[in-house]
Amino acid sequence: MNAPAAALLTQTHGLELLREMMRIRAFEDRCYQLYGQMKIRGFLHLYNGEEAIAVGALRALRAEDAIVATYREHGHALARGIPMNRVMAELFGKQTGCSGGRGGSMHLFDVSRKFYGGNAIVAGGLPIAVGLALAQKLRGETALTACFFGDGAVAEGEFHESLNLAALWKLPVLFLCENNLYAMGTALDRAQAETDISARAAAYRIDAAAVDAMDVLAVEAAVARAAQAVRGGAPAFLEMRTYRFRAHSMFDPQLYRDRAEVEAWQKKGPIITLTTRLKAQGLMREEDYQRLERECNAEVDSAVQFAERSPWEPLSDLERYVYAERRT
Amino acid sequence: MPNDAPEPAGTLTYRDAVREALSVALREDPRVFLMGEDVGRYGGSYAVSKGLLAAFGPERIRDTPLCESTFVGAGIGAALGGMRPIVEVMTVNFSLLALDQIVNNAATLSHMSGGQISVPLVIRLATGAGRQLGAQHSHSLEGWYAHIPGLRIAVPATLDDARFMLAAALALPDPVLLFEHLYLYNMEGTLTEGLERVDLEHAAVRRTGRDVTLISYGWGLHKCLSAAAELAKEGIEAEVLDLRTLRPLDDAAIMASVRHTRRALIVDEGWRSGSLAAEIATRIVEQAFYELDAPVARLCSTEVPIPYAKHLEDAALPSPPRIAAAVRALIAPAGGG
Repeated sequence: MNAPAAALLTQTHGLELLREMMRIRAFEDRCYQLYGQMKIRGFLHLYNGEEAIAVGALRALRAEDAIVATYREHGHALARGIPMNRVMAELFGKQTGCSGGRGGSMHLFDVSRKFYGGNAIVAGGLPIAVGLALAQKLRGETALTACFFGDGAVAEGEFHESLNLAALWKLPVLFLCENNLYAMGTALDRAQAETDISARAAAYRIDAAAVDAMDVLAVEAAVARAAQAVRGGAPAFLEMRTYRFRAHSMFDPQLYRDRAEVEAWQKKGPIITLTTRLKAQGLMREEDYQRLERECNAEVDSAVQFAERSPWEPLSDLERYVYAERRT
Repeated sequence: MPNDAPEPAGTLTYRDAVREALSVALREDPRVFLMGEDVGRYGGSYAVSKGLLAAFGPERIRDTPLCESTFVGAGIGAALGGMRPIVEVMTVNFSLLALDQIVNNAATLSHMSGGQISVPLVIRLATGAGRQLGAQHSHSLEGWYAHIPGLRIAVPATLDDARFMLAAALALPDPVLLFEHLYLYNMEGTLTEGLERVDLEHAAVRRTGRDVTLISYGWGLHKCLSAAAELAKEGIEAEVLDLRTLRPLDDAAIMASVRHTRRALIVDEGWRSGSLAAEIATRIVEQAFYELDAPVARLCSTEVPIPYAKHLEDAALPSPPRIAAAVRALIAPAGGG
């Protein structure tokens, strides 16, 4: 693993990163409860353990950069700045949700923030990211497109087609592979002959590196560096080595992995790692951590109340937007 | 390949009409670009885009690798990013490799995002059988695509539509699939003088008649017109309706014609089961049942993978003689009282 040197850690910087990861964790933990209470339905894929990727990456990118994500995208949506109220309302299926309640957990959209979903077909977002980047290039924009996907996508044809096309046309795409070692229940080495994912990306002549994605600072530094290269006129690829702490979805009894493996990864999770570091450097005390936790929980409480209070989209709107209502 | 023989002034082929439509679109809107397999240096698998690379350059006439799913998806992404891409999928047969992008993304994004996104993408595909290309190159799957809410499906069957449907598709904020029947590329004729645009909403009566309505599209339209000419010699006046768009279907035009003739034969190169012809027949029964003098009839392709051998392929497809025979069968019982 050739993780870049971590960025300089100041107190403000460190606390902001920690708070953002804790916000996502608090949100996801509440979603888990709300699913049990049947407030959230459908498929629900939680991001616990992987928070450093969305937080580090989105912090290193610019607001003008387009984002394409997967069905495990609550963290990316929150880190991109979509208000938590609107994300929670979407999970409740309410009209005030960021997709009007039509998408649910797997299809969060906010075009005003260049957040292009929420794609629930594995690898289905990669070609779209390539196209967004093609538009950015043809229009002479300075923005890039960041495309998040999992290790499972690496087995799909669209992964290979998209990397090839982005490299061939020198498009400003930053491919961010969240390798949590399992494609649903299938371990990487049971599905892929070559498990070194960044090596596969490099085969398409794309600059590729692997990153310890339990370290948010390493993620942030790697993405900042890769983004600079992408803006210079070529795609880049980062394999984010991470781990999913919770089940794949709410219907997963996790028969395919040992409890001990999960616990070992939890001990080196991104929130614990940064907390320990901040405390060791004297930049945070336990009471600071607890205050952050209270604040995050309060924000989640308020988002749940917002979602509860929000109206459902009227049935008369069911057939709206099958076709666009405005000329573009 | 294009026929380079000299032509009378004003005469052009369907292929020329599509090429002219592309040229005009590229000239008039800097957001428009064409991408697909062999659209550039090769000049298009059916020579439609011949000469465009020289005129517009490789940024706007983009040869892609063979990766239908990704270049169609890239078209979707580019549309989201403010461009007006025209994606050529060489044939409908290869579009099966891009079904995920067309069905899961192009068709859903507007509705699923609560109207935040629209996908102003045009996909051009050659379709149809009749050239002895075998089962994997002879599909007529436009009826399948017409099943999908969120897509618009249009089929230019005339030179005017070949020339002007593209502009109509580009003016819409939605994904539009334009199906060009491979048998029509060499069709010759002239454009209607003074015509400047067409719509993507209305069917068109291509021949008027009082005894039966032949409902078709694409190459099927021309088979119907030739059957109608034959039938006229026998005193049977068939009206021929060109659907032009398969989604949305122009119910009003279909019913108006059927109410007038009181008989309908649907001619569809798709297979019968679960077909577009089935949908149209159902709509006629739902909306005009009591005005019919005969059961709605259908002539579709035989339910086999389209074979290579000419006699077998011919037997599998609707043809003017079979259309005429179906019309006679439809009219005779009623005529016999």
